[in-house]
Amino acid sequence: MNSRFGNPDRPNSYIGKTVPRPNAKRLVQGRGNYVDDIVLPRMVHVVFVRSPYAHAKITGIDATEALAVKGVLRVFTGADIAEVCTPWVGVLAHLKGLKSPPEYAIAVDRAAWVGEPVAAVVASTRLAAEEAAALVDVDYYALPEVTDMMTALDDATPILHPDMGDNLAFERSHEEGDVEAAFAGAHKVIEAHFKTGRHTGVTLEPRSILVDWNPGEGQMTAWHATQAPHMIQVVLAEHLGLTESRVRVICGDVGGSYGIKVHIYPDEVATAAIAKIMARPVKFIADRLESFTTDIHARDHEIWGRIAVAEDGKILAFDIDDWTAIGAYSVYPRTSAIEGNQVVNLCGGPYDFKNYRAKTTVVFQNKTPTSQYRAVGHPIAVTVTEGLVDMAAAALGMDPVEIRRRNMFADDAYPAVSPAKMRFEGLSHHASLTKLVDLMDYDALRADQAEAKSRGVVRGIGIASFIELTNPSPFMYGIGGARISAQDGCTVRMDPDGSIVAASSVTEQGQGTEAMLSQIVAEGVGVLPAQVRIVTGDTQSTPYGGGTWASRGAGIGGEAALQAAKALRNAILEVAGAMLQCTPNTLDIRDGAVVDMADGADRMPLSELGRIVYFRGDTLPKGLPRELVQTRHYTPSDYPFAFTNGVQASYVEVDTDTGNVKLLKHWCVEDCGRVINPQLVDEQIRGGIVQGLGAALFEELHYDAGGQLLNGSMADYLVPMAGEMPDMIIAHVETPTLESELGAKGAGEAGTAGAAAAVMNAINDALRPFGGEVTSMPFTPERVLRGLNKLQD
Amino acid sequence: MTAVFPDRIDIALRVNGEEVEARVPAGRHLVDFLRLDLGLTGAHASCEHGVCGACTVRVDGQAVRGCLMLAAQVDGLDVWTIEGLSDNGTVADLQEAFVARNALQCGFCTPGMIVAAEELLAQPGLPSRHKIREHLSGNYCRCTGYEAIIDAIESVAQARAGKGAA
Repeated sequence: MNSRFGNPDRPNSYIGKTVPRPNAKRLVQGRGNYVDDIVLPRMVHVVFVRSPYAHAKITGIDATEALAVKGVLRVFTGADIAEVCTPWVGVLAHLKGLKSPPEYAIAVDRAAWVGEPVAAVVASTRLAAEEAAALVDVDYYALPEVTDMMTALDDATPILHPDMGDNLAFERSHEEGDVEAAFAGAHKVIEAHFKTGRHTGVTLEPRSILVDWNPGEGQMTAWHATQAPHMIQVVLAEHLGLTESRVRVICGDVGGSYGIKVHIYPDEVATAAIAKIMARPVKFIADRLESFTTDIHARDHEIWGRIAVAEDGKILAFDIDDWTAIGAYSVYPRTSAIEGNQVVNLCGGPYDFKNYRAKTTVVFQNKTPTSQYRAVGHPIAVTVTEGLVDMAAAALGMDPVEIRRRNMFADDAYPAVSPAKMRFEGLSHHASLTKLVDLMDYDALRADQAEAKSRGVVRGIGIASFIELTNPSPFMYGIGGARISAQDGCTVRMDPDGSIVAASSVTEQGQGTEAMLSQIVAEGVGVLPAQVRIVTGDTQSTPYGGGTWASRGAGIGGEAALQAAKALRNAILEVAGAMLQCTPNTLDIRDGAVVDMADGADRMPLSELGRIVYFRGDTLPKGLPRELVQTRHYTPSDYPFAFTNGVQASYVEVDTDTGNVKLLKHWCVEDCGRVINPQLVDEQIRGGIVQGLGAALFEELHYDAGGQLLNGSMADYLVPMAGEMPDMIIAHVETPTLESELGAKGAGEAGTAGAAAAVMNAINDALRPFGGEVTSMPFTPERVLRGLNKLQD
Repeated sequence: MTAVFPDRIDIALRVNGEEVEARVPAGRHLVDFLRLDLGLTGAHASCEHGVCGACTVRVDGQAVRGCLMLAAQVDGLDVWTIEGLSDNGTVADLQEAFVARNALQCGFCTPGMIVAAEELLAQPGLPSRHKIREHLSGNYCRCTGYEAIIDAIESVAQARAGKGAA
């Protein structure tokens, strides 16, 4: 159905080609327009007083000194904000049993993590607000804190939210086949314990929001660094008592999001509430410490996993016991249970096996809330699955490539259903692995590894296969009651000079959304991409939709754009047919002109058609439709999710004296279906890989037993920098989804899904001859030395 | 006592080739002075303690952290930001290469990256890939994974070296 995009000789063939991003030029000139760049008349700044305690009763707030600081206008407590803003509860009906107490924009009588807002100071300058915030005198009564994940459910542990009855937020078990029998009858059973480090997104642009309230027209406008403008509109309207049409969310340039900017943050909602109270623009820009203590965290998991294999390497069963601690509240409205739920859904994902048991246990603790960050749950599931598969291969004396070949779903096995009950429309594990092996020249690399070994240099090769959930249907959030759209829309309009404007509900965070849309619309209408102006990020001027998350922009937003563009093309040709006195289906639009379909002969530029329609409509037949603006929406419905697949490889060098791991090279072959813009897809993969490499080697938020964050700065929390990162070789297999005409699935999270597991397997490949192994991320020099038993204290 | 340590300082400097005179709070950071007082929002404040490089600007020919320097310290100096370097064409080839190679995604790090890269390319000799990576090791990019940035800078280094030789 969508195979025509594979023909490079077709007219207007922009889908599948690298075309430049329309917004890149101004960004390299420093002409971006991020929220903090916006200055409005009468604008004031809000700074939050935050709890220094992981758990404490707020027994009094004295703002006298703060109010005396020059420039300070108001100080708000939780009770003040609660008068105009209702609390929320981060649960979803389809995540059965998930519980979380009401959360207020500013804590009312109790703070439950270090960094939770307990008061807000508004001043004419940020400097004055910060100075005054330090002078707000809050009386706390310290409460016992819950900080250890594995003892959170013990009887001796205090209950964080007494009303909830226990510290269990959510649990889910899934069992398929006869797991116990499979383990009992297995040739080999391998068991391991894995940890993924609690880390965060570290967006370069901190969370940012500027909200204005105009009481004269009852209109709220929020300039917001967000991935989901319509979701923010819904939430602000609901909790501030406004109608949705009176809340406008504008999302201009966003300095990185990766899932961090798709959640409801108490301080951001408080900023909107304050704007409504003060009836003037209020700006909140998080500082770096606030980013570390209040941006959502993720990946705080401990997992016990078992794999059962037959003598020939066939996987008989997986048994997974996943634990995660999500902080004090389940984050609204997407919740904090999705990550653990994904681990249950995704473990063993690439493999055709019969017996599966997985359980996730999600507990509360007095730390920063966790929620969805790029590749939600995938890196955890891939680490456990691929770690166990490699350990099984080693136990069998089998090559890691071979054991995967023997177990992956066959490329002609689709449609298929996994033991976790995930439905796969079409994947390409074998083709992808074959391509990877060729790309990395696996045998030559093994020879290089052996040669290095002869010189005393320790190197390792690691492989990680994965599946990735993209293009989510309403089964992800809508089914659970969340007002988060799985549908997106696009309005495509032709202006009188023949140029095209397309307004889309998916947003641009730097992935290249606007380039992707411009080439789809250009192809769909029949104009050059440069003739298409894309508008995104404004709830008042774009169709309604979900935004940009869960690798959905191209697959869902792109399909809506294609259908809208095609509808406009048909509308243009209907007018052209009347003007040229021929049937529309004998005409085509190519490079911005109406031409004869048969031979491409020029008939009329679009500017002439536009001139007649807009300025001399009297010369067209009365009753001729002339709707040169068309809107289409799209939501996936055949499958709950469009799964993609891929496989990564890492080549590392381990210094067994220092424990230092050097990344030599990285490869990824992935299948996101139709590739719309090869360069943009490759760069999504590369950027995603490096976030996974950070998880593998550097990134971990450290807390002490009292719930204090110990490394809340970029000097202490390490992120990947240019010096340590490898070059990455990227390639694709294309299995378009048949559900849409475009055939695109998501690509934004594949890199992050598999990178850390590939590095872990590479390190363990290097350490195995020494009897060493690592399974707790990040693999710091200290942990590598411990894995080698060179450090034991 | 306060007379000994004035909390406002008069400064006169050149910013992007234009004369600027201002009275600034003594604690005003250079990046805030540029962004808030002069409306030059190309340099970005991010980590605000000298690690991420998003605020990198050029002061008297050197790439410096706008968050680690005070406005009072640039009195009499020559400051260039991405806006000025764009207007006068100094970094036009870098900008073109960044766009062509898609060496930016969200663009928040990009002005700082380009100022840092220009500092390297202004030094004599053709930098190796490794040297480029090392030189940029104080500029954080969360989007690209760096490879495209290294490619773009390497291509400009080679093009400039080719021109110099011709």
